[in-house]
Order: sequence, then structure tokens, then C-alpha cells
Amino acid sequence: MTDKNVLAAYATRLGDNALIIGQRMIELVAAGPELEEELANANFALDYIGQARMFFSYAGECEGAGRSEDDFAFLRPEHEYQNLLLVEQPNGHFGDAIVRQVLFDSWYLALLEVLTRCSDEGISDIAARACKEVRYHLRHSSQWLVRLGDGTDESHARVQQSLNDLWKFTGEMFVPDDLDDEMRSAFNGPHLEVLETQWRADVAAIVAEATLDLPDDQWMASGGKQGRHTEHFGFLLAEMQIMQRTFPGATW
Amino acid sequence: MTKQEWPLYEVFIRSKSGLSHRHAGSVHAADDEMALNNARDTYTRRTEGVSIWVVRSDQIVASDPAESSAFFEPAEDKVYRHPTFYDIPDEVENL
Repeated sequence: MTDKNVLAAYATRLGDNALIIGQRMIELVAAGPELEEELANANFALDYIGQARMFFSYAGECEGAGRSEDDFAFLRPEHEYQNLLLVEQPNGHFGDAIVRQVLFDSWYLALLEVLTRCSDEGISDIAARACKEVRYHLRHSSQWLVRLGDGTDESHARVQQSLNDLWKFTGEMFVPDDLDDEMRSAFNGPHLEVLETQWRADVAAIVAEATLDLPDDQWMASGGKQGRHTEHFGFLLAEMQIMQRTFPGATW
Repeated sequence: MTKQEWPLYEVFIRSKSGLSHRHAGSVHAADDEMALNNARDTYTRRTEGVSIWVVRSDQIVASDPAESSAFFEPAEDKVYRHPTFYDIPDEVENL
């Protein structure tokens, strides 16, 4: 791949993670436990979707084929999305959503921090902006995990179950593929094995404060980066893409 | 299961350095940290502030509206307490 192609593909992948987690957070609007919490979730969703817009616009620019951010977001088939399986998992109950956010936000923040120091200015500028937003998201989600884990017996048991259920989606975050390797060698991108050490320490600290137990190492699901998604993803895409699929080219 | 309302917090926001915090509104929250987060997410979405205070509403001691005449009206006819005899230079803002 040429350098521009690497950047386009890598920015697309970053955009996919941001877009899909943003779409999941949007689903919490009108389903939050409290008015204020709902507003917070809507803010976070908009932060993520804003990041996706920046990453997709940049991907289109690097690709040079005239694709807009909307083309990336709304007009690709399922197997072209390369987001992590974790971010497409359904919200479930509030504890499920919070655990997913903690696991993802802590990985995403560590990744973005490395990307602010990568040698491509386009990616590092977006990463620097996103870092500030995600740092707050992680503060929010990890505080909630502590509240629920260190709350009542019921909330503790439920959120421990959420953690056990979602743990199998964390493995692929640290398994580099060709694109990760090229981004690392050509642009000083993230070293995923180093990232894993930091992530495990960060997550272990939050989980310990929440009086929860880290799940045992287990079989890990993977395939998101290769476009092989879980059964939930088609439904998410259907809802997200329906307007552009029904009225092609429609604008506000 | 009975639904228990979270406590109410009053939110004060300082819009920029040098100004004082002003009452912006209130939020519900289960604890102090959540109150600060909720205040941030509810009242500073459009860069309204650089600093936030939150305080539990039940910790505020307020004057009784029924006693307002005794509290406030005696000051009404004491015009000499107002510093109205100074010229304020145009350059002085925020006074």
C-alpha cells in the first residue's frame, strides 16, 4: 500500500469505531435512567460522531476518490466496516452499556494518546481533539462502574456479569494486523502489545475500585477489523443507513 | 420497588476568569461527583463556563419569603448607602 492508502484505511477504521459506538450511544437517548444522564449520553454520542466525521473526511481526502464522510458512514456494506466487535454490542441494561464504555474508552484513549505523537499531522490533529473528549467519557463511565460495582448486591452482581460477558471482545483490540503494522512502521503508530500492558493496568485499577473481579483469560472473539461482525451489526446498520438507502442523496 | 429521587444540587458557573460564579440552575445526582458531571453536561455544553460549583440544595440556608418585608424593605429608603456619587471611567468593565 502507498502511504496515502495506509492513512485512508487507518482513518476509516478509526472512524468506524467512533461512528458505531456513537450510534449505540444515540440509542440510549430517551432510554436513560435520568434526564441528566441522558443528556450526558447524547453529548458523548455527538462527540463520537464528530470524531467519525473528521476521520472519514480525512480518509476521503487521503484516498482521493471523491468520497465524502457520508459515503463512508452510510453507503458501505457490512463487511467493509472495520470497527471492533466490542463497540457494536447492544446496550443491554445500563450496566452492560457502562462496562462496554469503560472497556472501549480506556483502550481508545490510550490509542489516541499514542496517535497524537504519530508522524502524520492529519491523524495527530484529530487524535488531539478526540483525546480531550474521550478523557471525559472515561471519567464518566469509570465513575459509573465504581458506583454500580460498589453499590448494592444486585448492581454488583449484574455489572460483574456484564464484565464477564463483554470480556471476550477485548482480545482483538490488541492483535495487530497488516494495517496496524504498516501504520506503526510508516507513521510511528501504536504498538498494540505495549498498549495492552497499559490498558490492563488501567482497567484493573478501575475494576478493583469497583470491587469487581477481572474475568479469567478465555476464548476471545475477533473479526471486526476484518469486517466479520456479530449478528447485532446488521440491525444497527439497517437503522443507521435507512434514510440514505431509501432516499439516495437526500440532504438536510 | 419504590422509585427514590436523587438529591437536588444547585449549580453555579463562572463564565470566565475574574467573574464570580452565578447560579445557573439545578441537577439531580446520586453523589457529588455525579452532580459535577451532570452540571457540566447540562449547563456548559456551549462553552458557558470555566469553573463549576455544585452544592446540595438542602445545604443552602435561604431567607423566608414571608419575612421579606422585615428583611429587605428597611433598606429601601436609605439612598445614601448607594455609591452613586462617583464617576466610573468607561474602561472599567464588569462593575
